[in-house]
Amino acid sequence: MDAAAGPPRASRLVIITFGWLGVVFLLAPLIVVFPVSLTPERYLSMPADGISFQHYAKLLSDPRWSQSILTSLWIAILTTIAATALGTLCAIGLWRLNARITQYLRVLLFAPLIIPPIVHALAFYRTWIDLNWLDTITGVVIAHTILCIPLVLITVSTSLSGFDRRIEQAARSLGASNWTVLRRVIAPNIMPGIFAGAAFSFVTSWDEVISVIFLTSRAVVTLPIVIWNSLSERVDPAVAAVSAAMILVTMAVVALRLAASSRKI
Amino acid sequence: MISGLDQRARIALLMIAPAVLLVLLLYIVPLLRILSLSFTEAPGGFANYEQLFTSPAIGRVIGTTLRICVVTTLVTLILSYLMACALTLVSERMRPVMLACILLPLWLSVLIRAFAWVTVLRSNGVLNSALLASGLIDSPIPLVRNELGVIIGMIHYMLPFGILPLYASMRTIDMRVLHAARSLGADGLTVFRRVFFPLTIPGLLSAFILIFVFSLGFYITPAILGGGRVLMIAEYISVQVHETLEWGIATMLATVLLLSVFAVIFTVGRFADWESIVGKGDE
Repeated sequence: MDAAAGPPRASRLVIITFGWLGVVFLLAPLIVVFPVSLTPERYLSMPADGISFQHYAKLLSDPRWSQSILTSLWIAILTTIAATALGTLCAIGLWRLNARITQYLRVLLFAPLIIPPIVHALAFYRTWIDLNWLDTITGVVIAHTILCIPLVLITVSTSLSGFDRRIEQAARSLGASNWTVLRRVIAPNIMPGIFAGAAFSFVTSWDEVISVIFLTSRAVVTLPIVIWNSLSERVDPAVAAVSAAMILVTMAVVALRLAASSRKI
Repeated sequence: MISGLDQRARIALLMIAPAVLLVLLLYIVPLLRILSLSFTEAPGGFANYEQLFTSPAIGRVIGTTLRICVVTTLVTLILSYLMACALTLVSERMRPVMLACILLPLWLSVLIRAFAWVTVLRSNGVLNSALLASGLIDSPIPLVRNELGVIIGMIHYMLPFGILPLYASMRTIDMRVLHAARSLGADGLTVFRRVFFPLTIPGLLSAFILIFVFSLGFYITPAILGGGRVLMIAEYISVQVHETLEWGIATMLATVLLLSVFAVIFTVGRFADWESIVGKGDE
């Protein structure tokens, strides 16, 4: 916004200051997790005398934590592959069909975004009992894939809306087959959308708790379940360690994204 | 019918089919089944729905849910509006930094965000310790395991969802309109009240829908920050299935929750700016 049209200097300053205070509110609680994760005590506390990395070591050595991290990674990877493939194909199909019915299909596919998670967790649970999918990786991956398809659909459709249809027609008129057009013309142009959809799917599956609470018990234990359980029992400082590690990874990814996008400009 | 379509349409249908069938068979059908259970599960008929008006426990849960939702939504909308304004006003150089700070929590696990607030708010947590040490208070203030804690955690979770649609709608406002109002003699407040604010209403409505609908069905944050003392509808449903095995009550409440969500979307959604939520890639 340029200076002349915006509010006067004084109120502008007040609003911007408020904005940064809001940022502090958003980030401060997350930063507190770091010192807590370094406590030498075995209960949740600020480190008083000395720091210790024992709670980080526990994430790797204690099978309850390390195993759940691997399970979550595996589920998130499978979900990302399935949701990205199905979602991308579907987005391209809907874009090509371009008929009235696609509007209704979109609403149908977007349902998981609108329907409260507790409601679909209940629905999955009741149906997964009959299908014998409870407490299996397959069961969780299928549920997560359904929840992630709309995310891929949004990002890929957004990419497609910026893609000039005439390029596809040109390729076709030059004799390219359907498959070639898809692979050599459409796919490279919508890559950013596909990657964004894959990233959203990965994070969503990695974090998802509510359906997993319903769909798993002993055999499949994901990281969010371990965190959830240790929050409802006695809070283990290992939660602070895993939180700190996840915040660091997220910050690194956001920083990378930021660096990449500023290089483009 | 299929044979009547050209080859291009047939291939498109083939591309759509896997996702649509998956969602239809393993999502929509199970959902409908859950909704129908609310009528068929004993005692059957509308008996489960009568509980809505006769059970004091359910009445309390719904009251708590609505109270928390309304407070969270109002406060979040005001804060997001101010922060979205700040985003448009901040210098070109600082904007990506502020935006990244706002987006960062969005990528973080809801569990971790709730846990972070527990460490800050609990009676021997960071905030109470600091207040005690500074001598401002003599005994810790109860900030968590009550509605206040739940509301703080929920506002923190919802804030980015409020800021993004509002910022998207503010960014599309043509600055020349504001210039015009200015040059016609309107003062700053009038420009905001008569020109800027009305233009942001669709964005405000889409932010409202997102926040209110999410809040209605929110489970994790209230469960952790409420510490079992603040029961909102989602946690109550979960308790009905896991502990008391009352499928009739659980599915009835799920149906009510779902209908409430649809009601909000249909009444407010007509005036909202959906593209600011879903994105149109116009950059």
